[in-house]
Amino acid sequence: MNSPDPEALPLSPIDDVVPIETTWTTGRIITKDLPTPETVRLRMLVEDRQRHAPGQHYLIRLRAPDDYTAQRSYSVASDDDDPLVEFLVERLPGGEVSEFLSDVAEVGDVLELRGPIGRWFVWDTRTPAFCLVGGTGVVPAVAMIRTARRLGRADRLAVLAVGRTPGMLPYVDELRQAGATIAFTRHDDGQRPAGAPSREEVLPLLDSAEVFYVCGSARFAEYAVPLLIDCGADPAAIRVEQFGATG
Amino acid sequence: MPVTRGFFRKRPESAAGRLPPGQYDTGGSWPVLTAEATPQIHLDKWSISVDGLVDRPATWSWEAIQRLPRSSYTGDIHCVTTWSKFGVTFTGVSVDDLLEAASPQADARFVLAHSSTGYTTNLALSDMTGGRAWVVWEYGGQPLARQHGGPVRLLVPHLYFWKSAKWISRLELLAEDQPGFWERNGYHDRGDPWLEQRYQGDP
Repeated sequence: MNSPDPEALPLSPIDDVVPIETTWTTGRIITKDLPTPETVRLRMLVEDRQRHAPGQHYLIRLRAPDDYTAQRSYSVASDDDDPLVEFLVERLPGGEVSEFLSDVAEVGDVLELRGPIGRWFVWDTRTPAFCLVGGTGVVPAVAMIRTARRLGRADRLAVLAVGRTPGMLPYVDELRQAGATIAFTRHDDGQRPAGAPSREEVLPLLDSAEVFYVCGSARFAEYAVPLLIDCGADPAAIRVEQFGATG
Repeated sequence: MPVTRGFFRKRPESAAGRLPPGQYDTGGSWPVLTAEATPQIHLDKWSISVDGLVDRPATWSWEAIQRLPRSSYTGDIHCVTTWSKFGVTFTGVSVDDLLEAASPQADARFVLAHSSTGYTTNLALSDMTGGRAWVVWEYGGQPLARQHGGPVRLLVPHLYFWKSAKWISRLELLAEDQPGFWERNGYHDRGDPWLEQRYQGDP
């Protein structure tokens, strides 16, 4: 930093507010809905909650009567300012955690939680950033959008969200309202034919970005990272969060 | 911690004692998890160095490392994201042979492993010796794929797999432990899956 940034005052530097060490706690499901056929959204009230930065994730752990446990990590969609912590989970066939959250969990249930975790795939809310995200990979970008809006820094964040169809892209309306560019790979919306985002679509969005976030499936990342590099992004400035069929 | 209403074990128990706590058997798949852009590394420009607190800093080219005795690992690997993969075979050289050539000094107690991408991970020197760590370039008898760290990665299978740095290029011996990439970002300094040392703050 060359000079103090007056806008930076509402949020302290991440290292001051986001814990390095976390322990297990619990959270109660306050709302549950199924925004797309393959996803479930949970908003939870977390005990002894610690502050988080956009891009971080939590672990959700399920415990069976015989003490068998299963845990997975899920990105946070909500802003730190939100009284609840919001998760959007993709329901994977045979995924023992995501199927439970989608099919069995109900409002009022208490789950084990640990977080926030991850200090790499995190936006400091000041560095001009570009997010290239696909499918449920939009979740950390939603957190970044919400935090940027609260802090009046929406101009420092550009988002290109990729989905198959409007009905299959979580948060599509919120993304649109926030000014994100939307690309559908299997839907012609009248203005853009179906297809993966092209170099020509990405180039104007990179503009002044100094840090690049890619979040989506391994297959999505394999497409998105070379595309960013082809558009001139510094490979060392690209941060990737991949998820796969890990349940 | 409370039992989760409505949750029951569905997966059969795996072979006794094979699955560390909180892990599941991923079966045939091998999930790819990488935090950075996957690099393209050509073997004619590839090298690995052992330096820091050693008497004879050493560097091997691809050709030179081929002349060392080959060593394989067949067994299980465990990722902190909770998948484990059973019965995998990697082939390369033992880290013992690289260390022996470089001759660590008496005060060397830790290793910072560096990748050509700038990724780092820290290990105790005692976790890198005694036939428990390798530098490998074959998986199941085939060249190691780029997305899995090819051409050459570190393999320390008794620790969580983020310690097995992809695209390994340098082993730096140190007197003091120096947190690496994920370790600075909240992950455990040692990462023993049997003790469930996943994150900073775990035992």
